[in-house]
Amino acid sequence: MANLDDILNVIKDRHADADVSVEDSFGDAVMVVAKSQLLDVLTSLKQEGFDLLLDIAGVDNMKREAPERFELVYMLYSVGQDLRLRVKVYVPEDDLNVPSATGLWQAANWGEREAFDMFGFNFEGHPNLERILCHREFVGHALRKDYPTLKGQWATSTSDLRPDLERE
Amino acid sequence: MGVKMTPGTKHESGIITTKLDEVLRWGRKNSLWPLPFGTACCAIEFMGVVSSPFDLSRFGAEIVRFSPRQSDLMLVAGTINYKIGPVMRRIYDQMCEPKYVISMGACACSGGFYDNYAAIQGIDQIVPVDVFIPGCPPRPDAVLNAIVKLQEKIAKEPQRGLRHIGREHGES
Ligand code: SF4
Repeated sequence: MANLDDILNVIKDRHADADVSVEDSFGDAVMVVAKSQLLDVLTSLKQEGFDLLLDIAGVDNMKREAPERFELVYMLYSVGQDLRLRVKVYVPEDDLNVPSATGLWQAANWGEREAFDMFGFNFEGHPNLERILCHREFVGHALRKDYPTLKGQWATSTSDLRPDLERE
Repeated sequence: MGVKMTPGTKHESGIITTKLDEVLRWGRKNSLWPLPFGTACCAIEFMGVVSSPFDLSRFGAEIVRFSPRQSDLMLVAGTINYKIGPVMRRIYDQMCEPKYVISMGACACSGGFYDNYAAIQGIDQIVPVDVFIPGCPPRPDAVLNAIVKLQEKIAKEPQRGLRHIGREHGES
């Protein structure tokens, strides 16, 4: 069974030009990747056994020190090797386009919709990039630090849970 | 109870006299059919209300219907957020008159501790509420109390008479 360090070294070698660094956070390895190389690195990680995408989280760094305003965190798990890895990518405020990981993991579909809904990331190549938690008349992105927490917005219409069924 | 033996009638014969409004109100208040609009933990508590330890059927309201066409009491149990607001309003609109609403729990009454961009701060902003039940969740006794309060309210409803019944059914 391969251990995590071996896999990370393989990735680092394979993407030597990709500005990949690994840090430790609360006992889990966190890999920081440049946005331009994100999809390549994720593809390699899947090949190396990270077959499960647990979640995608967005972060707004508006009120703290960070290289960019936004970041995305992909939480990966390797079922066969029982390994965990977080992949972090910084996303600048003026360019929210991020390649979609839906081609690698089906689970990315809803995770990316949530990150789009709450922070406004634009996942290029996503098959159905619509809001998933807030209603479709919602304006703005609720988890951004500059969204007023208490500002509710009325919905006047219902959302389709299964647009694919509604369209028939 | 609304239906009373009129002094002097021979009720041995099986006939009692009363007023039509009284009979209607008596029937309505003792046969409420709740539609549980359950969205969160309060709905679990409502299951306790209907089950045998608390036994909602003692008050005639145990026939839980999940169709607005078959119910006359919408029991909103749980957090109502802006996204489900239009759904709740449409279900309320689909219920036939006369209809009543009980708002169960802090969330439905006022948003509870969900004071944020997602939760509606009180369902009375979109549907008329007859009885509010405080608590998080309210104890089943409190729900029974609300049903009794609603029954008292129905018993005091203004006289409607036959002509009004006709209008309710779309006749002129
Ligand atoms: S009032 Fe309390 S128990 Fe009821 S839905 Fe809200 S949080 Fe849950």
